[in-house]
Amino acid sequence: MKKALSIMLIALIALSSVFANGASESSGKTEVYFLNFKPEIADVYTNVVEPAFEAAYPQYDLKVVTAASNQYQTTLRSELEKAAPPVIFQVNGPVGVQENVNTVAPLQDTDYYSLLADKSMALTLEGNVVGVPYAVEGYGIIYNDAIMRKYFALPDKAVSISSAEEITNFETLKAVVEDMSKHLDELGIQGVFASTSFMPGSEWRWTTHLVNPALWAEFGDLATAQAAKEFQFTASENFKNIFDLYLNNSITAKGMVGARADADSMAEFALGQVAMVQNGNWAAAQILGTAGNTVADEDIKFLPLYMGLDGEENYGICVGTENYLAFNKNASPEALEGADVFLTWLFSSDEGKAIVTNDLMFITPFSSFSADEVPDDPLARQVNIWMNKDGITSVPWVFNGIPSEQWKADFAQAMLEYINGNYTWDQVTKVAQDAWAREAELAGR
Amino acid sequence: MEKTLRKYFPLFALPALICFALSFLIPMVWGFILSFCEFTTITDATFVGFKNYVRAFTVDNYFTGAFWFTLGFTIVTVISINILAFTIAMILTKNVPGTNAFRTIFFMPNLIGGIVLGWIWQVVLNGVLAGFEQTLLSNAKYGFWGLVILMNWQNVGYMMVIYIAAIQNISSDMLEAASIDGADGKTTLFKIIIPSVMPSITICLFLTLTNGFKLYDQNLALTNGAPNHQTEMLALNIFNTFYSRTGFEGVGQAKAVMFTIIVAAIALIQLIATRSREVEN
Repeated sequence: MKKALSIMLIALIALSSVFANGASESSGKTEVYFLNFKPEIADVYTNVVEPAFEAAYPQYDLKVVTAASNQYQTTLRSELEKAAPPVIFQVNGPVGVQENVNTVAPLQDTDYYSLLADKSMALTLEGNVVGVPYAVEGYGIIYNDAIMRKYFALPDKAVSISSAEEITNFETLKAVVEDMSKHLDELGIQGVFASTSFMPGSEWRWTTHLVNPALWAEFGDLATAQAAKEFQFTASENFKNIFDLYLNNSITAKGMVGARADADSMAEFALGQVAMVQNGNWAAAQILGTAGNTVADEDIKFLPLYMGLDGEENYGICVGTENYLAFNKNASPEALEGADVFLTWLFSSDEGKAIVTNDLMFITPFSSFSADEVPDDPLARQVNIWMNKDGITSVPWVFNGIPSEQWKADFAQAMLEYINGNYTWDQVTKVAQDAWAREAELAGR
Repeated sequence: MEKTLRKYFPLFALPALICFALSFLIPMVWGFILSFCEFTTITDATFVGFKNYVRAFTVDNYFTGAFWFTLGFTIVTVISINILAFTIAMILTKNVPGTNAFRTIFFMPNLIGGIVLGWIWQVVLNGVLAGFEQTLLSNAKYGFWGLVILMNWQNVGYMMVIYIAAIQNISSDMLEAASIDGADGKTTLFKIIIPSVMPSITICLFLTLTNGFKLYDQNLALTNGAPNHQTEMLALNIFNTFYSRTGFEGVGQAKAVMFTIIVAAIALIQLIATRSREVEN
């Protein structure tokens, strides 16, 4: 009896370990595991993309998992160590490729890569194409044209121009903003700019996006920035120009910025409490989704980030991408083929393209999309308008060449110390230079 | 019976042993090995010797900064939590009306998780500081005292329960004898009550000391190390090291090993020191 009992116990333990491995491989389908970077469209993947793809290609089982906001790298690292790792994952530019050198697969023979219109946009590693962009984004200063029109109609305005579209340099922007600050009550707003958010995790609008024109002015292009051992921050004064303008004409007092998140800034804009906020077209959903949103679609427009750089009259908004998809070379050949089938279906079949344009709302860099197949949200339309303006050059995303996350963190903290009055601007500049030199060396440049 | 027990002991202990090995022993040994390696995933580690330990101090000085901040924080919270908890325990064992209600209320913050507590206190403290146009991130001092307040709020109730149990266990004969001998309140407290609850003091000191050193969630939610790494504690620094730079996973691991050794050493010294003062009842 006892013997029987112990045999049963052992059998139970053995069985449970078998079940712990999971009983998932029973269907005979090939699993295509995609680790999604964008939490704002997680539902679209599960509710629309998955059923549609599996209906079109029943031999595949598409699995989309979304990492929590700001947790992508952490999630990716732990997922890659699992027995069934992601087949498709995102890398955020060349630094992202460096972080995943041992994982990224060559993509030059895939159908997905052949869809890319401008092949120079892809990321390469040792002669292989390893990352293909899937969405182009643009950012600048988003303004509420209704408030701007109200300002330009004021009888005692201090500027001679009569519409926001005539603002083409920092001088004009500064004159307009500072004069608007004197007329807050008449305009019905509480500040010209939304909060300069510095709550932990909300500094990215300054450490990457705002510094981008300064990086561009110094390095000229992404490849140079990526290889740069040193960053002189030659446009430091220009950066300070616009940063001070944000801070001094804001809805939020300087001392309070540490308690504001970027979502707060977007809500302030959506509620019509401010006229301007720096952000990109991905924020459209945030503006339109705010309860009590008072901004009309046609009034949401972009201004470039003017900061007093030479020739900035001809600069547009910052257009580029940090959204590249890479394949995991350690996945099975069937799964890799499935990944290619899936992405090609998504970005070139009529059904897939409709989902991309209407539900995922990407502006894509693929030749399979025609010019009128762009998402129908106001900021995406604005990005398109700015990209195609005559005589205007879009500012590329040079910030992908920032050597590490630590540089961003140190720079953010230095800016916060400047806001709190503990650092002079020279100290902030020094931190940016020193941290760059240190991080570039650590990154092996 | 004894014989059967001995025979089946390995079988019954096996599940627990497997769990212990899988979730504690193996990761710990593996983590120690990894601290001497450079790696991105734990499967592609290459041995680099003591390089990680050197880099923990030479690349930036955040780790030493975090150590001093953590040490200061731990000293302040160990003292304040234990004094407050003991005082409340003394009051609540003196037949005050509504004692049970008070005990429950004081204990309740302990049931809330660290991240949630951090957010709650961030809102509260930012609300207070807003009156002065400041936030928790304006000055490292605010972050420090904010963390101290948070930690007290969370831990006082728990330590209080331990002290209450100990105080209630003191035999009334001793207290009666002391009062017949003419001992006043102060003498009774220092000669009778404190020596009798010494085992609980050992436990509470140990818990508050290690809690203070290991603090992570609350730190992350309240300030996340801002401004300028000045409120970054050891655990948070280790996490940030691991994830903020490519190729620094090993350095984070080396810091974690040093962290374990420091915490274990301090906790052991404290245990030995207070154990020697315990008296037999």
